[in-house]
Amino acid sequence: MSSYLELSARERLAQLFDAGSFTEFLPPKARVISPHLAQLDAPVAFDDGVAVGRACLDGRTVFAAAQEGGFMGGAVGEVHGAKLVGLLRRAIAERAAGVVLLLESGGVRLHEANAGLVAVSEVMRAVLDARNAGVPVIALIGGANGCFGGMGIVARCTNAVIMSEEARLGMSGPEVIETASGVEEFDSRDRALVWRTTGGKHRYLLGDCQELVADKVADFRAAAIATLDRLQVQETALSLAALEAEQDMLARRLDRFGTLEEPMQIWAALGIAEPRSLPLLEAGPFVEQVAAHRIGAN
Amino acid sequence: MEKLTYRFAGGSRALPHTAEVVGVVSSGNLEVLIESAPLNGDCAIEVNTAALGFGATWEAVMRDFHERWQLTDTRIAINDMGATPAVVSLRLDQAVETVLGGPP
Repeated sequence: MSSYLELSARERLAQLFDAGSFTEFLPPKARVISPHLAQLDAPVAFDDGVAVGRACLDGRTVFAAAQEGGFMGGAVGEVHGAKLVGLLRRAIAERAAGVVLLLESGGVRLHEANAGLVAVSEVMRAVLDARNAGVPVIALIGGANGCFGGMGIVARCTNAVIMSEEARLGMSGPEVIETASGVEEFDSRDRALVWRTTGGKHRYLLGDCQELVADKVADFRAAAIATLDRLQVQETALSLAALEAEQDMLARRLDRFGTLEEPMQIWAALGIAEPRSLPLLEAGPFVEQVAAHRIGAN
Repeated sequence: MEKLTYRFAGGSRALPHTAEVVGVVSSGNLEVLIESAPLNGDCAIEVNTAALGFGATWEAVMRDFHERWQLTDTRIAINDMGATPAVVSLRLDQAVETVLGGPP
């Protein structure tokens, strides 16, 4: 029973997909490193913090990427982003059964400035291109660094997001919000508040993620297989109708919850009888308990 | 950053023709890329480290490593973010054991 959270990117790839099936493109031996970090006298990694390649998931050939949260918080630089884009384009060219992104990232690598920003926007475009070509893209989020900034947007550009309770998904991280808007707005040192606001359970309740699983590699694997099965018989492309439905959902969310001050009030407004009990529930009982209340359940 | 290079001769243990990377470039940690390469029987090590001024310590750790494993025709590249000598030794052993498919 391996904790997904505690594994490195490469360990996740080795354990999540069929044993020995991951074949890496541009492995560390190729030494495709960041052209920017050396100029800043900063350490580089031989894979620039992301491993990409082909793998089997329950016998099906998929394309996979895993960001390494330990290297610069999984932040996206020029090479890192280009590897993700290349993977998505190759998935289209080879008509892969799907793309599975193991995301863990603070967003754009600030050292690489505009090159990093451009890279992230190219990843977004590539995800939508893959979906448009009929290749489903799913995001797994369960690392200690969460998934923030541009990669938070990338996650929500995919067909489905699978998270653990320990995972976090958002745009600006807690420290950024506190720095910009003050501690009265958001206390980044209040761990419980941070997880209530950005954690997997809240995202699941709000309809921002489609599956909530326990922090186990086997559970992430099972959810990825089930999600890929489900997507085989669905339209993968992002349609105007789907976009408008999403916009409606967001508008309703703002309308219903916009004046509330903390996630627990939102859970109560969703009709959950004992919102205080939610943070203590294991993933399975939690999903059962909130099934009738979460947004996007139907 | 500081770049340090070492080259040891006289080793006898050859590695299979694969490359492996172990470890992560994160605070107090390092990655080790190990591969077989035609180096006239030598073991060549290149270290890129964020911690400046520890050349003598690195040399001692690398010499110990070579005495332990006696590698021949091997290239090792290290990206380091301030790992302690003990962590460096463990990662180097892990790298060799990974390439060899287990402890000797």
